[in-house]
Amino acid sequence: MTITRRSFLIGTGVVGGGLLIGFQLKDEAPFPHTRPESFQPNAWLQITPDGEVIFQLDKAEMGQGVVTSLPTILGEELDFDPQRMRIEMAGVHRGYADPVMRIQITGGSMSVATGWDPLRQAGATARALLIAAAAKTWGVDEAMCRTEDGVVIHKTNGQQLQYGELVATARTLKPPTKVGLKEEEDYRWVGKSLLRTDGVAKCRGQALFGMDVGLDGSLPGLLTAVVVRCPHFGGKVESYSDTTALAFPGVVDIFEIHSGIAVVAHGYWKARKAAEALEVTWDKGPLAGVDSAEIRRRQELELANGEPSDTSGHGDVSKAFAQASEVLEATYAAPLAHHSTLEPQNCTAIIRPDGAEVWAPTQSPSVLRLIFSHYSEVPQEQVEVHTTFMGGAFGRRGHVDFAAELGAIAKQLLGQPVKLIWSREDDLKHDFYRPATLHKLRAARDKNGAFSAWEHKLVSPSFVETIFPNLGAALPTWVPTKMSRAAGSKAKEWIKGVDPTMSDGAHIPYAIPNLEVGVHHFDIGVPKGFWRSVGHSHNAFVVESFIDELAHEAQEDPVTFRLAALKDHPRHRGVLRRAAKKADWGMPPRGRLQGVAVHESFGSVVAEIAEVSISGTDFQVERVVCVVDCGFVINPDLVKQQIEGAVLYGLSAALMDPITIQDGALVQSNFHDAPVLRIHQAPSIEVYLMDSHAPPSGVGEIGLPPIAPAVANALFHVTRQRLRELPLRLAQGSP
Amino acid sequence: MPEMIEFELNGVLQRVDEDPTTPLLWILRDTLGLTGTKFGCAQGLCGACTVSLDGVTLRSCQLPLSAAQGKAVTTIEGLPSEDPLLRAWTETNVIQCGYCQPGQIMSARSLLDTHPQPSDEQIDVAMQGNICRCGTYPRIRQAIHHAAQIRLEQAETKGEDS
Ligand code: FES
Ligand code: FES
Repeated sequence: MTITRRSFLIGTGVVGGGLLIGFQLKDEAPFPHTRPESFQPNAWLQITPDGEVIFQLDKAEMGQGVVTSLPTILGEELDFDPQRMRIEMAGVHRGYADPVMRIQITGGSMSVATGWDPLRQAGATARALLIAAAAKTWGVDEAMCRTEDGVVIHKTNGQQLQYGELVATARTLKPPTKVGLKEEEDYRWVGKSLLRTDGVAKCRGQALFGMDVGLDGSLPGLLTAVVVRCPHFGGKVESYSDTTALAFPGVVDIFEIHSGIAVVAHGYWKARKAAEALEVTWDKGPLAGVDSAEIRRRQELELANGEPSDTSGHGDVSKAFAQASEVLEATYAAPLAHHSTLEPQNCTAIIRPDGAEVWAPTQSPSVLRLIFSHYSEVPQEQVEVHTTFMGGAFGRRGHVDFAAELGAIAKQLLGQPVKLIWSREDDLKHDFYRPATLHKLRAARDKNGAFSAWEHKLVSPSFVETIFPNLGAALPTWVPTKMSRAAGSKAKEWIKGVDPTMSDGAHIPYAIPNLEVGVHHFDIGVPKGFWRSVGHSHNAFVVESFIDELAHEAQEDPVTFRLAALKDHPRHRGVLRRAAKKADWGMPPRGRLQGVAVHESFGSVVAEIAEVSISGTDFQVERVVCVVDCGFVINPDLVKQQIEGAVLYGLSAALMDPITIQDGALVQSNFHDAPVLRIHQAPSIEVYLMDSHAPPSGVGEIGLPPIAPAVANALFHVTRQRLRELPLRLAQGSP
Repeated sequence: MPEMIEFELNGVLQRVDEDPTTPLLWILRDTLGLTGTKFGCAQGLCGACTVSLDGVTLRSCQLPLSAAQGKAVTTIEGLPSEDPLLRAWTETNVIQCGYCQPGQIMSARSLLDTHPQPSDEQIDVAMQGNICRCGTYPRIRQAIHHAAQIRLEQAETKGEDS
């Protein structure tokens, strides 16, 4: 069984089981943003007497299109055009907590997959109530009524009532315990490529991003804060002088907070200028003197001498290696990777006598509320969180470090609205990076030439563990400090070394009878976090490259070899076959070469074929063909967008110069030395979706894992250089 | 020291009394409340803050307020709602998070002014300064071709009308 991030969190009891109890407040109104006299049968939907249909968006819209896809699911069963709905950001409410995890979070490619059932139920129940209300009004049986896009119609006499006209009656009715759902062939909006409903506003600069909050004059007197942080991970302020900085024009205040020195001014530019004039002496902290090479060296030592903290697999690998007639070995490595959301981290708040309001671009509003409450000392019950649009997230905005800072800052500025803005440099140097990992692979062939064993040892820090430094602080303030500390360290113990996200994607689907994945837990203290597709991003590179090595060793075509070894995996075979066909596998255009990879993640399977051209040691990815099996598709074009985006995000990390560490700090500072993919480096991308009637599975991350190995495999086929380290770099002397 | 600077912003005369070394980006956002021009890097590297100054496309994070004196600044807010680029962008479903897109559209606008029917290569050259982390590049290429087409059609109908 594959354990998902989600089931893991539940399984350990880290969430759901009690540790995070207190996230959901007991005395909240039943539903948020309620209008008087409206019909609000559930937390998402509201219909006003004048017929407005309002959808509360509880998930973070970070580019993936939930602003369009989730209302579509509900609208289909409600029988109301989702594009005519008014969409509001819901803020935090217990009605939106994940039913199992009990926190409100957007991540793990789960929004549509977990929303599919409850949103359909919510729409269908509301529709049933509206029909019942119409039947009551007309004094007829409900079976005499049908609906059509916002109207209930009397089947025989054609009388009509708008949904809005039924609100008063519907409010008084008891919801049915069971409702029927539509058949697929009756879908009117689900399954169609409806255009994004946020497109126009975003193009015109009218959508409200976190960065934009209050600039329209809605928060008079809005101040801007920046924080000067220790560039060395885990370091802190030793001493500072603000005499010069305080004299800068527009400066309001300068003070120390837990993460550094906060400078508050009228507007960003004044705050930044003053911050540059601060004189700070840093205590470099525990990683002083550590650089990337040292980290690699220690990872090598760990792999050579350390004991795995977690081993999984099947069969008997040692026996198979003992009996092997041939053994293949390879070492793979992936470097640190940065998120670099185009909108740097930011957050806005005001603390008033009766409570606080916070506006945040966040994937994790309920945790954010808790953290803000802790640092601002405003009780959670009195903190209202407004989620804004966000300029990318990719896992970064699941962390709420910026809200902790803002809580500490706003506490000093009671009654004054303040926005915390990180610079690009702050954002890059204080990211929660995809960690650098190192992998040792071995494969055994028996005397008949069949591959009999696969061993994968990898060294990585734990991803899940990263949420625990926050956790002590994250517990409600009424939890005594000692208890919250205990909870934090207990949780750390639970996951120590057995965080399954570390080996996500390492358990290959190929029919090799003996398999072992050994995870070596090693953490030097560089901040790490969830980065689009998490463990899959580097593990897929490793396993899909090494399987290509096996195919080559067996002198077989990479697609044929995979297909034969995937005999129990029809979905893998399906996407692979179709990708080979669509990409004319084996017959690339002149001057181009192809490479393939297939990978399962978040319940979906994706095959990608990359076409690459080479000149000297330079190469260009020209075309990528993707075939996706993600279950039933709600909005095909939104899925395609996500696959395109994930391919390019993965390609950026696979091709561009990596970020590095020196003296316990990140060396790079902005896009000039931490480059990201630009338009001239972007291939053309074709995405094909498998026709599936299985429940919807993940979409947002699944396109990423196969791209790096597909490109690496393409490069091998012409140069015979097996590139086992990201980013991919050809050596001189290729043919 | 603050100084009174006068310029035309989206067709309307503006006077601001600010430190003339302040980058125009922050004047637009913090002083004038126009949020379509975005902050991404403050180093001229990402293009999120792209505006046009007397018809020339520039990064407003690199442009001191003083440079706008007496000139005409156009931001994304200054584009008419029927602008072919806005239509092409929506119809091609380019947008993901959307943060980079006002800047992308401003750069595309100047490309179409110089190359009404650009090739993919010309698009790649003109749009290299605009980063999109969501990976909308292939759709941006498509949308620019689409916008070029719309412009052409509009020009033809205009021609017929007269
Ligand atoms: S903010 Fe001006 S180029 Fe990035
Ligand atoms: S759409 Fe998100 S950065 Fe371009």
